[in-house]
Amino acid sequence: MIWALALAVGIGAAAGVYLSLSRDLLRCVVGLSILGSAVNLLVFAAGRLSTTAPPIVLPGAAELGRAANPLPQALVLTAIVIGFALTCLSLVLVVRLVQVAKTDDADAVRFAEPPPIDPVKPPIETPGQAVAAGTPGAALGSRGAR
Amino acid sequence: MTGPGALLVVAPVLVPLLTSLLALLLAGRPRLQARVSLAGAVVLSAAALALLAGAVTGEVARVTFGGWPAPFGIEFAIDRLGAALIAITAVLGLATLLFLSSDADVGPAHPFLHPLLHGLLAGVGGSFATADLFNLYVWFEIMLVCSVGLLALGGRPAQLDAALKYLVLNLFGTILLLASVTLLYAVTGHLNFAALARTAPAASPALMTPLLAALVLALLVKAGAFPLFAWLPASYHTLPAPVLALFAGLLTKVGVYAVLRVVGDVFARPAVPLHEALGWLAAATMLVGVLGAAYHWDLRRILAFHIVSQIGYILLGVALATPAGNAATVFYTIHHIVVKANLFLIGAIVCRLAGSYDLRRIGGLYRARPGLAVLFLLPALSLVGIPPLSGFWAKLLVLREAINAGRVTWTVVALAVSLLTLYSMLKVWVEAFWKPHPDPGWQPAAGARLAPAYLVTAALAAITLAISLAPQALVAYSLEAARALGGGR
Repeated sequence: MIWALALAVGIGAAAGVYLSLSRDLLRCVVGLSILGSAVNLLVFAAGRLSTTAPPIVLPGAAELGRAANPLPQALVLTAIVIGFALTCLSLVLVVRLVQVAKTDDADAVRFAEPPPIDPVKPPIETPGQAVAAGTPGAALGSRGAR
Repeated sequence: MTGPGALLVVAPVLVPLLTSLLALLLAGRPRLQARVSLAGAVVLSAAALALLAGAVTGEVARVTFGGWPAPFGIEFAIDRLGAALIAITAVLGLATLLFLSSDADVGPAHPFLHPLLHGLLAGVGGSFATADLFNLYVWFEIMLVCSVGLLALGGRPAQLDAALKYLVLNLFGTILLLASVTLLYAVTGHLNFAALARTAPAASPALMTPLLAALVLALLVKAGAFPLFAWLPASYHTLPAPVLALFAGLLTKVGVYAVLRVVGDVFARPAVPLHEALGWLAAATMLVGVLGAAYHWDLRRILAFHIVSQIGYILLGVALATPAGNAATVFYTIHHIVVKANLFLIGAIVCRLAGSYDLRRIGGLYRARPGLAVLFLLPALSLVGIPPLSGFWAKLLVLREAINAGRVTWTVVALAVSLLTLYSMLKVWVEAFWKPHPDPGWQPAAGARLAPAYLVTAALAAITLAISLAPQALVAYSLEAARALGGGR
């Protein structure tokens, strides 16, 4: 059982890392979600598996014995809730960003850090105008027209 | 501890959470919401000062939750280190909220601004107060959610872009944090700091070293250390100024605090390869941060890269693995939080008066506002480390200990980076204040509501000046705080 779980964690982590390195924004977020699920399984596995014995220390015994530790199971519930909330938040962000940018290519989304147009100096932001010529706004316009 | 004492220990979390809830309920009434929010920050500051007064005596304020005794239940333990950082957090929260009533780049008012700000303060306070590794992870996630909310609040394309990059890289960090915390629990059977410190030496080093490395790596993502800092300069400059000051002052420092807590306290041991790696990472962080700042001409982006650079100095103190090194880290962190937040706030005043953050578009402020020029110079030169300002004492503590430890390369890098920081700060000062404004007919913006902004920046500058002129009190406090780490538990 523990080996099956280890395999699942390994495959999940590998798939999650692979997807989260993608330039496609949606794949990236889904990848992080899968990676989070793999780690949740890891948390679950940290408390011993493959037993149905109740987690009660028997009278006279100093240790739990073969029963599964319930604490990681409580921790994983917390982690699942947090992970779910963060996945929802990131999905909303991605959808909004894709709507605004009209692209889902992470390399093309350069609103916060406009690519340099001059070899030595960073692009200059025109006051009163969110994006200046030569910054992604212009590229965005052309992409929208395409 | 029970009764009012216990309530005080929970206050760094309870007060911001209650204020956040109240502010959320008052979302439809902006003026009342702002007042409640400010009142919450005042109560938090009072509680933080009370905690500090208790911690000065060396007593660790503890409380456990749910009726479970210490090693099993979640515990809050506020020692000297935690109390000092909670106090500076409360002061910075108050400064941010006061600054919001000016009109210097405060961003559009949003009903969720105050709830999220207090949520962030709760996350920071919880991280400083908790004595439980998994609980620390939960506070990190609360900080993450609130900070992403604050980033995305404005809804501008640049902010959405920044929020997503911030979220993706930090989410990876927290997933790694969760994995390493879990595996540490599986190995030692404990999450409580004191219990971990007791049981960790018995665990096999072959198992502990990679797990600790993963834990520290996850925390370094939060701290913005090389090579994991990319989220910071990609996102910070899109924030409105007061929120930016709060982020710049607190968020990376929570990561650094956690590194100090883990490496210097809970899993403290004589210098190991982990310290060595941390030291080289710190040197690289300093250098890369200051070189990034040299490229930029946007005031906010320059200062954002300087956060990264200064994190290097703070981490260097931890890497030295001595009580004096840890003390230098504590001193440096407190000095840096005040100075960095103040620089961003003064930058906002500059932007309001001169019309832009880009140094190529502004100038002539020395002639128009000589007082502001001096006010900027104080934290700027303190950041560089010019005597007798607070940054000088902070760097002196770090570098003296680095030389004592025989770390010549790290010392040389730190000194060279100081020179580059001086270049960067003088570039800002010359371009924004000294040179004439590029537009000859320029006049400082009239009718700016800057009184609260000046009040806040002058108060923060006064704190810097107080640390500068009487560093001995804070040095002694930092030393005592550092001595209590590790063996003191």
